[in-house]
Amino acid sequence: MDCTLVRTLVHRYCAGEEDCVDSRTVYVGHREPPPGAEAYIPHRCPDNRIVSSKYTFWNFIPKNLFEQFRRIANFYFLIIFLVQLIIDTPTSPVTSGLPLFFVITVTAIKQGYEDWLRHKADSAVNQCPVHFVQHGRLVRKQSRKLRVGDIVMVKEDETFPCDLIFLSSSRADGTCHVTTASLDGESSHKTHYAVQDTKGFHTEEDIDSLHATIECERPQPDLYKFVGRINVYSDLNDPVVRPLGSENLLLRGAALKNTEKIFGVAVYTGMETKMALNYQSKSQKRSAVEKSMNVFLIVYLCILISKALINTVMKYVWQSEPFRDEPWYNQKTEAERQRNLLLRAFTDFLAFMVLFNYIIPVSMYVTVEMQKFLGSYFITWDEEMFDEETGEGPLVNTSDLNEELGQVEYVFTDKTGTLTENNMEFKECCVEGHVYVPHAVCNGQVLPAAAAIDMIDTSPGAGGREREELFFRAVCLCHTVQVKDDAEVDGPRKSPDSGKRCAYISSSPDEVALVEGIQRLGFTYLRLKENYMELRNRDNDIERFELLEILSFDSVRRRMSVIVKSATGEIYLFCKGADSSIFPRVVEGKVDQIRSRVERNAVEGLRTLCVAYKRLMQEEYEGIYKLLQAARVALHDRERKLAEAYEQIEKDLILLGATAVEDRLQEKAADTIEALQKAGIKVWVLTGDKMETAAAACYACRLFRRNTQLLEVTTKRLEEQSLHDVLCELSKTVLHRSASLTRDSFSGLSADMQDYGLIIDGAALSLIMKPCEDGSSSHYRELFLDICRNCSAVLCCRMAPLQKAQIVKLIKFSKEHPITLAIGDGANDVSMILEAHVGIGIIGKEGRQAARNSDYAIPKFKHLKKMLLVHGHFYYIRISELVQYFFYKNVCFIFPQFLYQFFCGFSQQTLYDTAYLTLYNISFTSLPILLHSLTEQHVSMDTLKRDPALYRDIAKNALLRWRVFIYWTFLGVFDALVFFFGAYFMFENTTVTSNGQVFGNWTFGTLVFTVMVFTVTLKLALDTHYWTWINHFVIWGSLLFYVIFSLLWGGIIWPFLSYQRMYYVFIRMLSSGPAWLAIVLLVAVSLLPDVLKKVLCRQLWPSATERVQTACLVSRPPLGSHPLASL
Amino acid sequence: MTWSATARGAHQPDNTAFTQQRLPAWQPLLSASITLPLFFCAGLAFIGLGLGLYYSSNGIKELEYDYTGDPGTGNCSVCAAAGQGRAPPPRCSCAWYFSLPEFFQGPVYLYYELTNFYQNNRRYGVSRDDAQLSGLQSALHHPVNDCYPYQYSAAGLPIAPCGAIANSLFNDSFSLWHQRLPGGPYVEVPLDRTGIAWWTDYHVKFRNPPLVNGSLALAFLGTAPPPSWHRPVYELSPDPNNTGFINQDFVVWMRTAALPTFRKLYARIRQGNYSAGLPRGTYRVNITYNYPVRVFGGHKLINFSSISWMGGKNPFLGIAYLVVGSLCILTGFVMLVVYIRYQDQNDDDEDDE
Repeated sequence: MDCTLVRTLVHRYCAGEEDCVDSRTVYVGHREPPPGAEAYIPHRCPDNRIVSSKYTFWNFIPKNLFEQFRRIANFYFLIIFLVQLIIDTPTSPVTSGLPLFFVITVTAIKQGYEDWLRHKADSAVNQCPVHFVQHGRLVRKQSRKLRVGDIVMVKEDETFPCDLIFLSSSRADGTCHVTTASLDGESSHKTHYAVQDTKGFHTEEDIDSLHATIECERPQPDLYKFVGRINVYSDLNDPVVRPLGSENLLLRGAALKNTEKIFGVAVYTGMETKMALNYQSKSQKRSAVEKSMNVFLIVYLCILISKALINTVMKYVWQSEPFRDEPWYNQKTEAERQRNLLLRAFTDFLAFMVLFNYIIPVSMYVTVEMQKFLGSYFITWDEEMFDEETGEGPLVNTSDLNEELGQVEYVFTDKTGTLTENNMEFKECCVEGHVYVPHAVCNGQVLPAAAAIDMIDTSPGAGGREREELFFRAVCLCHTVQVKDDAEVDGPRKSPDSGKRCAYISSSPDEVALVEGIQRLGFTYLRLKENYMELRNRDNDIERFELLEILSFDSVRRRMSVIVKSATGEIYLFCKGADSSIFPRVVEGKVDQIRSRVERNAVEGLRTLCVAYKRLMQEEYEGIYKLLQAARVALHDRERKLAEAYEQIEKDLILLGATAVEDRLQEKAADTIEALQKAGIKVWVLTGDKMETAAAACYACRLFRRNTQLLEVTTKRLEEQSLHDVLCELSKTVLHRSASLTRDSFSGLSADMQDYGLIIDGAALSLIMKPCEDGSSSHYRELFLDICRNCSAVLCCRMAPLQKAQIVKLIKFSKEHPITLAIGDGANDVSMILEAHVGIGIIGKEGRQAARNSDYAIPKFKHLKKMLLVHGHFYYIRISELVQYFFYKNVCFIFPQFLYQFFCGFSQQTLYDTAYLTLYNISFTSLPILLHSLTEQHVSMDTLKRDPALYRDIAKNALLRWRVFIYWTFLGVFDALVFFFGAYFMFENTTVTSNGQVFGNWTFGTLVFTVMVFTVTLKLALDTHYWTWINHFVIWGSLLFYVIFSLLWGGIIWPFLSYQRMYYVFIRMLSSGPAWLAIVLLVAVSLLPDVLKKVLCRQLWPSATERVQTACLVSRPPLGSHPLASL
Repeated sequence: MTWSATARGAHQPDNTAFTQQRLPAWQPLLSASITLPLFFCAGLAFIGLGLGLYYSSNGIKELEYDYTGDPGTGNCSVCAAAGQGRAPPPRCSCAWYFSLPEFFQGPVYLYYELTNFYQNNRRYGVSRDDAQLSGLQSALHHPVNDCYPYQYSAAGLPIAPCGAIANSLFNDSFSLWHQRLPGGPYVEVPLDRTGIAWWTDYHVKFRNPPLVNGSLALAFLGTAPPPSWHRPVYELSPDPNNTGFINQDFVVWMRTAALPTFRKLYARIRQGNYSAGLPRGTYRVNITYNYPVRVFGGHKLINFSSISWMGGKNPFLGIAYLVVGSLCILTGFVMLVVYIRYQDQNDDDEDDE
């Protein structure tokens, strides 16, 4: 680093603004550089404020309106409203303006509320206190006031408030440990290094005296890339220039671990931090129900247009006779006569559109949104999904997907932390056939498990004792565990009965568990100091071993070794690894006993490791040293050469024993998986873990059963066979099964049949997914999908986070387009959570990354069962009823209007009064369906949980299929015909009052409307299976409201109203006996077919749900005999 | 990606029956065993009601005559022919003779009926000014635009009552004469022209403008009658309680009909010897034939009808009730059969499982 470089840099900065664009200069502590060294260029960087909110107070109304009218439905209603304003239409603009206003207002309030919450969350983040160094003192300030160049102090376990250049730490060596779990999901500790020239500044005063500038690139989203320089000015010399890399950069969101405090200078703040740049807004997910809803809407739009077209054409055909077009009693104005025929026809068409536009209900959107929004509270309120331990309840991040929970066909679950607790526990070890269980430890004395289950050899002789201690030492030494600092300071000095244990840190939780387990068996690993490993043995003596070599772990070898030299000068090689990689290299030891123990443990879902050793002579070690050294310095093929060297070294081992570590399954994980499978959901486990471990967990959680035949597509197998052969062979196996299955015409029960489980690893998967040049990739993909479809369980191991998302995508876009659900707890699951139709996060230990990006977050995996089988099921039946019912009631509403056109000369005369037109969807029929869709339970919760198979009843969007939709539509048309023609024949050519007076057209419309409101509400009552007081209140209440409103609406002469056409109409109608009789008759006739259909279907073709309902009815005690039973 | 790990204040959810979705509820099931008795009961009730309605409707007598005057249909055809093609048709009267062989049970109501007349046409239906008809002074002189082209007269005066409905007021009139004995003199049967409009319309909704110097004519000063009218609105009747906007014929007409074929009440026969009904004998209806209907293909009819509690003759309701009741019983039986046959089968299924 010489001065010329600095000068060129200076020149570059002074040269022009375009250069400033791609780099920035930061003045540490806002100190200007010494004069002459560099020109002070003030630059504008944002403050450390985080903005995730969408609106501000000022732009809320215009921006929100703009966004709302971008929705096609709202835009449609706006157009209708404008058409009503412009042309002479049958209905007043109020009828569509008011509901639209209502919808827009409700949505705006909801979005405003959500944005307010975001503002609150932002300000909570922006106001959390941060320690600044100012004038040599620590100052607490709000995080948002942080500016580029500020010096910040961060204490242990705090997260960094912005991207910092690491200046110094409390550790002497200028390092710190950081966990980036919430950034990229890696929970292991990473070491970062302070800038060499500043690491000596340990106090606030020191750091304040620092005089330096930092040049760095513009903010970039890449988390692992950073390029910059620091110029440190001292009083005398030229500035010292040091390069800065990503090891010097501490990222916002990462947390400081294992280091008391650090100082750093802010280089990127606020929205420019790498974390913020990585922020991707969640793409809008749409549920299957919403998609069907949109399809139905299009159908209704077509119906609407065709109705308007039919009426327009009919009008002009009918009017072709002049005495109809313009009878003497109803003459047109001159302007109307002059108008162009086409223009007239078009205006008529628009007028008909406006007249019938209610068939696409504005209020459906708002009701659906309200149902989803309010309904989602049932999840957060659910006490059974509240976790006492963590004090966390479920979270709902989006309410748009509630019903999708009832449609899930594939569940992709992470293993660690989701299925398992991610809480490794040393279970037992087996030394030469003796089983040691740590909790049988008393006063440091090992009791060779008195209650041990499989005691193979009961008498450990003297040699056995020696072997046993060797085994413990091996486990104690053969690892890469670090000891946490403070434990290192005072841990070993304390007496053992203080109970203070060393805190261990490792990238592998298994190793920690092993070391901790061995500690409980009497051997404590203390520390690695100056290349000596210290451990305390049972007699409380400290033993020191010189660490000579570490043959580190890799996934191909699946073992690791250390070479240590004991105090007595003996050199040992300790090797630890998977049974499959150890046994072939063993020449001595009780192989059979240990093997049987290992196999037994593996089936129980424990993670087993075998431990072996070899004693090396000094000469041998020297040979090994040379071998390793040669491999290590090799420039070419270093990896391969190292692997070869390891291969040579790790042979002729003596088997010592085996360990078993349990990765405890989450509570009721197996039960949950079983329930999901019974519900017809396919469960896939996607894990980054290795195959054996993952398979063990799968067995433990009963994803694989004892009779499951495992099919493997793994790297190991692909080394022997080509991918093509493997896939073909597997598909033959599987398809043969399914062929025989169809032959047997499903006679056998599924439990008797051969179950297949597929295991695939990441490498094999990428081969399958890789597009080939000849385009045969899709062939593999299809083949793979075929196999998967026929497997009851699939395990994907060794998956990269992105591959998890790929798998989800593969299934999501396969030809059946199944609904997928991804569940995970770590940041590495975020990609699949975002990809799947429904993403569920576990509010776990590894940060809240997954929970925040998910659509729903639950505290435990077991809650998924209730989430899907109960809540999902309820939401689905509720929303599907809501959607179908809305279309039905609007067909009922509008079809009579259409029919009436045939009797009023196609003049767009409305059948109902404006108030009825406006309020029908808003108030007369809105609340019952809303409350129904919030409280309906066709089967009780307990039944749903007990009988997961009921979930199959609603699979594949069963309640919104075309058949069902058409049934509802035809029911609506039938009812409309009944209302209209019932009233028609009532009114035709007669009087219906006892005083001989006649009724007019508004009475006719009111009669139709009354019958309709009653029918539509009672139809809902028929569909309600769960009558709480709320339902009673709302259903009968809304009917009562209709009556009271009508009485009031017709009861007085309304001022400010230009017409009084409804005056006394309703009351006069009720004074007529036949009107009452007609209402009763027409309501009965309208409901009759539906009742008939329900009863016959229940009797002849009962669905599983209906069978359960009937069974419940039989088993339930009659309400009358136990009046208290229901309370 | 999110901003920080600030813990959300997770609170223990409320444990109420509502939040846990465990509100006590009545869970009815539409099973065959419940609906079967329901169907039979409803069916029987409907049939009973239907029979009652049917006989009740059958007991009502109607007498109807089409006096449009199509050629060769009686003496009104003269008037019809005379009015053909002439814009204000000339005044013309005709008569309809009928004889009642037996007593026509009363009370008897006299209706006129028009066909093919679209009072429910939208443009026609809105062509009125309710404010004007409620006697509002300002509206009297400034009718709403809906009334156009019957808003202002050619002379520029506001039309009162404005609009197409008022303009097309039915202006035929009838009188009924009774000949007790063949060859005897015709005695006029008193027609009660009051109480034919809704009470609320007549007393509340329709109001004359405030009298000026005690004169209704002065109140309407400065307005023009609708173009088709022969006399101003305040001369509709000599009775001060039946003239102007509160003329009952006018009020009845202003209540637009629902369908293109409609009846409107003309008079009630309930006075003198005729309060119980029309006795046997020959009757003559004198008709002043003014209203042109043949130009739009319409017909006009005159109709005597007796009225029961359920209004005029209307077999529809009774028949509908009978049909629906029988359908209920029929489906009840079908369901019973299904129920019995498949109940066993379902039980067997359950045994198999």
